[in-house]
Amino acid sequence: MGYTLNFNLIWRHFDKLWGGLLLSLELAVISIAIGIIIGLVLAVWYVSAGRVVRGIIASYVEFIRNVPLILLVYLVFYGLPTVIDLAYSAQTSFVATLAVYSGAYLVEVFRSGLEAVPRGQLDAGKAIGLTPWQRLVHVRLPTMMRITLPALSNTFISLFKDTSVASVISVPELTYGAQWINFNTFRIVEVYLVVTAMYLVTGYALLFALRLVERWYRTAR
Amino acid sequence: MAATSNNSPALLDIAEVSKSFGSVEVLRSVSLKVAKGEVVAVIGPSGSGKTTLLRCVNFLESYDSGSIRIDSKEVGFRPGPARDSGARQRRSERDLAAMRAETGMVFQSFNLFPHLTAAGNIMLGLTKVRGKSNAEARSIAEHWLGRVGLAHKADSLPAELSGGQQQRVGIARAVAMEPKILLLDEITSALDPELVGEVLAVVRSLAEEGMTMVMVTHEMAFARDASSRIVFMADGGVSAVGPPKEVLAAETTNERLRTFLARFRASHF
Repeated sequence: MGYTLNFNLIWRHFDKLWGGLLLSLELAVISIAIGIIIGLVLAVWYVSAGRVVRGIIASYVEFIRNVPLILLVYLVFYGLPTVIDLAYSAQTSFVATLAVYSGAYLVEVFRSGLEAVPRGQLDAGKAIGLTPWQRLVHVRLPTMMRITLPALSNTFISLFKDTSVASVISVPELTYGAQWINFNTFRIVEVYLVVTAMYLVTGYALLFALRLVERWYRTAR
Repeated sequence: MAATSNNSPALLDIAEVSKSFGSVEVLRSVSLKVAKGEVVAVIGPSGSGKTTLLRCVNFLESYDSGSIRIDSKEVGFRPGPARDSGARQRRSERDLAAMRAETGMVFQSFNLFPHLTAAGNIMLGLTKVRGKSNAEARSIAEHWLGRVGLAHKADSLPAELSGGQQQRVGIARAVAMEPKILLLDEITSALDPELVGEVLAVVRSLAEEGMTMVMVTHEMAFARDASSRIVFMADGGVSAVGPPKEVLAAETTNERLRTFLARFRASHF
């Protein structure tokens, strides 16, 4: 056990980690933003659709939830271009994959939120003469947001951590940066300690920000 | 006090309405006419179809046969094309929304929109359905909040209000739309006893102003004092109807009604 910790080499290459973290955040934000659109549209469609559409949406959700993300990332980056004639960068490929992946999880979050909106509120919306679209926009979605925000925060944090999978197709995000430093300096313990701390701090910061949003949403008027 | 007269058409005309949930017949050929300015109380044991009848009037529930007309206009259906031998068709959602805006409803569980303030709850229908400007809607909302004694709570969220206050906002939300008829569905049943009075006082003042109302209620004393007619429902049908004094008379010959009233008196006195 003669190993002594030496962080000097890590600090020398810290720009790899810092740049990686920023890219991780960027990947997460773009994928989640697209995922939210997919999730919202499909969830709203699901709760008002017939059995066929429900079945199709449920299959998408089940498929994504039962396949490891890393496999999807390989499939889209290495598999898809051999089948269809389309060239895209590793980064684009990953964003598309994580967007579809997060969409499936967000459909579930939004769907359960929509179904948890008390029926009485929808009745009240009907009773004052709101059209179905107005009920969705002014009654159902705002109430759903209040219900789903806590679950949504957890999903966001989870998806942020999932960006580490992008390292397997050499997208230079945080985990990739850690691997690069490890290969070039062999300070494996130090670099992963630092990277763990970076994920932790970022995750907490995100959670804190999201809790602020939740509180603001509960009391906004 | 207005009574149903045969020469003026009823504001609300429920004619032989029947409805089943699966094999359970919840409404059996119910007929009831309500004239403008009338206050009709609907009483009866739970499961007798009172609430379902009320929910059919603004088509929150559909009905299988019969018709419900407000101002001679069928609420939930329109005549179909002649080639289908005129079989009735459900109105479009847009039509239904417009029809529902003509009736106000107050719910047992208040059903305020939790993300909107007291004023916001009232303003939503005024701006989105009635097309009023925000400023206009706000001043109408403030007027009605004042009427129900909650002018100082305009910017409170429902969660910050007591049950009685929430229900008064619920009433203000309904009447601010200037409905032709107001439907009250057991509006005091979810309230603590000490809060019932403040809500009933609001209803009473609306009645005095000539608001047409149909109210499902368990408040017998209130039904007796505030209504022009009482409808007693049992097993999905109208079992007795008439002025409060007659219907609530202890010596009624209606067996179902006598049992109901006896049980009611036993549990409330």
